[in-house]
Amino acid sequence: MLKGEGMTKQKYDTSLVDELIEGEWPSFIADLKQLGERKPQVEQLLGQMNQSYKDLWNYWQGTVLNVDGYGGGVIARYSELSDEYPDIAQFHTIRIIPPSGWVYSTETLRELCDIWDKHGAGIIQLHGMTGDILLLGTDNKSTYEAAEDLMEHGWDLGGSGGALRTLSCCVGEARCEMACFDTIDLTTHLTNTFISQLHRPEFPYKYKFKLSGCANDCSCSMQRSDMPIIGTWRGPMQIDQEEVAKFVQENGSDYVVENVITRCPTDCIQLKDNQIIVDDDNCVRCMHCINVMHKALKPGKDRGATILLGGKRTLKIGDTMSSVLVPFIKLETEADYKKLTDLVERIWDFWGENGMDHERVGEFINRIGLAAFLEGIGLEPDPQMIKHPTTSPYIKFEELSAPKIDGEPVHDPAIRNEEVESVESV
Amino acid sequence: MSATAKKMAPRDNGAPDYKKNLHPVMVENYGKWDYHEKLRPGVLVHVSTSGEKLFTVRAGSTRTLSVDKIRLICDIADRYCQGHLRFTSRANIEFLLANESDVDPCIKAINEELGFPVGGTGHSISNVTHTQGWMHCNLPGTDAAGSVKALMDELYSDFITDNNLPARVKITASCCSINCGGQADIAINLQHHHPPVTKPEGVSICELPKVVAICPVAAIRPRQENGGSTTLEVVEEKCMYCGACHGQCPTMEIRDAETDTLSIWLGGKTASTRSGPSFMKLAVWGLPNNAPRWPEVGEAVKRILEVYRNSAKKYERMGEWVERIGWKNFFDLTGFPFTKYHIDYSESSRNTFNTSSHVRL
Repeated sequence: MLKGEGMTKQKYDTSLVDELIEGEWPSFIADLKQLGERKPQVEQLLGQMNQSYKDLWNYWQGTVLNVDGYGGGVIARYSELSDEYPDIAQFHTIRIIPPSGWVYSTETLRELCDIWDKHGAGIIQLHGMTGDILLLGTDNKSTYEAAEDLMEHGWDLGGSGGALRTLSCCVGEARCEMACFDTIDLTTHLTNTFISQLHRPEFPYKYKFKLSGCANDCSCSMQRSDMPIIGTWRGPMQIDQEEVAKFVQENGSDYVVENVITRCPTDCIQLKDNQIIVDDDNCVRCMHCINVMHKALKPGKDRGATILLGGKRTLKIGDTMSSVLVPFIKLETEADYKKLTDLVERIWDFWGENGMDHERVGEFINRIGLAAFLEGIGLEPDPQMIKHPTTSPYIKFEELSAPKIDGEPVHDPAIRNEEVESVESV
Repeated sequence: MSATAKKMAPRDNGAPDYKKNLHPVMVENYGKWDYHEKLRPGVLVHVSTSGEKLFTVRAGSTRTLSVDKIRLICDIADRYCQGHLRFTSRANIEFLLANESDVDPCIKAINEELGFPVGGTGHSISNVTHTQGWMHCNLPGTDAAGSVKALMDELYSDFITDNNLPARVKITASCCSINCGGQADIAINLQHHHPPVTKPEGVSICELPKVVAICPVAAIRPRQENGGSTTLEVVEEKCMYCGACHGQCPTMEIRDAETDTLSIWLGGKTASTRSGPSFMKLAVWGLPNNAPRWPEVGEAVKRILEVYRNSAKKYERMGEWVERIGWKNFFDLTGFPFTKYHIDYSESSRNTFNTSSHVRL
């Protein structure tokens, strides 16, 4: 692009992306066009995007760029069309750890805007799919300068690559009556406890935590994280029968039967004489009845969380849901937190030692089996971990594997305990 | 001052202090919330056991925001929200208000000064979560932010109302077959249709063992060229066009502007409510990658939504509804064709067959 006196500013063709300005939903193109008036790189970004829209082709290449002391956090891109769009020849994203629960003061947000306006293209995404603040648009030099400025102001880079990724959580006890543990505090605690693992990739592949205060799972933890921590409770749920009667009065008993009673997955709730009766031993804490009648029904008082493991999106073995690892853990005291972080470290040690390159912990468990995994991390099997016992009769019972003669196990000479490594060693 | 003389800023700061960012009413009532009510679409009130109230006005945002726009958002939060706001996992902005009298002026400011709609609560279509697309990803076959904007224009009325649908409908959009968009009631994903084609510059820029190892179906193997150099070959019958190798090695080009298409997946759910979490299933395939507004995708999504709206029971999420009425009825009601490509062919495919005599006649 030509700059300077007497030269006309080059106009980039944005005719296709301009078609995304109209319509009732707010347009990011309109917003970026305005920003492009004072940021040439944004104008050129829209130019390149328009080219993509025209060719149905992408023009970003990935590369690696690290800030001193960090092994991740910068998503580096360079443009294949830098001749036409020189100001986005290097156009990187910096991932930043947000305040847990994504609650901000305007002071915090304005500070972030000022830093990014100074060093970058001034585009911020709130937030990326993992939960990071994404700052879009710097070249190599500005990346270093922006990172120093951000860290001087107390911010920190998010995770990328084979590392702990930036954590995210629901709003929890800050604004929700359903929350069964302090999601925001624990998210901050885990982030800060494991900050080195977040910044320096040392795992076989990525590891994500997401924390939800109840089974409604507002952080989408079940399938979007390796280790969901989901709030639950022990013992009876709280029932306010006066509020139940009020709800039945307002909505009618047919409504309650159709929308609450018949929807219970374990058939453990009944409506009798305008009162709710719950078989608490059979309640799986799914939250549906509480969601519908949330003034009358509430989670029980002895609260904590269920820890699950192994969720991920498609690559490579297909989607996996997380599965139960610890049915219940209290998360109130420092000692409770320590129990959790100890368990996490045992998992990372075992997976780190035995996992293959690019193997998520769920894929690792699929490969070696849940039973072997539990042995590896020192956790007892629990029937809550499975839907049902195995249906295959072919099982290696360790205690029963050797044939016995006169009560003593005797190995048939034809059976070897280990594979022979080479002919020479026989 | 030279670069070397400058002291490095502190490292490993960790997460910002959440306590400094919480709304004062949140601080006061932390862990003491009693119940909440929906006052109207997009407006919630949370009531503490102390009787104190916090009002929330939820607005749909574009996720990708200029710093100028964020400053305007902050202006509104300073005026009505005691300077505090939050974001949801679906890129909605939640303006947090201590005073009920500020709700109306706040909504007016959001609509007029930001051009953002208020809604996305209850049984609505909330903001679509999506990936980077052509704005900043190195692998995309389509855009995401653009297709989401076009789609939300079509679904706008279901964002600003919250009782015209049986349950909430979560939508995601992904720009390649890695599907970073995640599980959703309705997911729009890109589909590749042939094995990766090696770019002319060759595979020498990549770590070959890693490319071989990342293939989930062991379709990639090294091949010795006549000159002695090593290249990679792909076994076409094994390759399932996932593009895992493309992420590992940019020269394994899986995308094709001529042949890539979009497909629609149904019934993903991550909450453990009622039936528990579920994966989404293929519903519609072969939609054109038709930038800039992808009208065929919008039409298909609306067709599914209309049938769902009229046929599902209250509180029944998309997947639970299809589970109850059966896929036969789904295809009959929507008019989308059921084809051999809808039948799973993976190792565990038998788990997806109808292994009973239950049929709908």
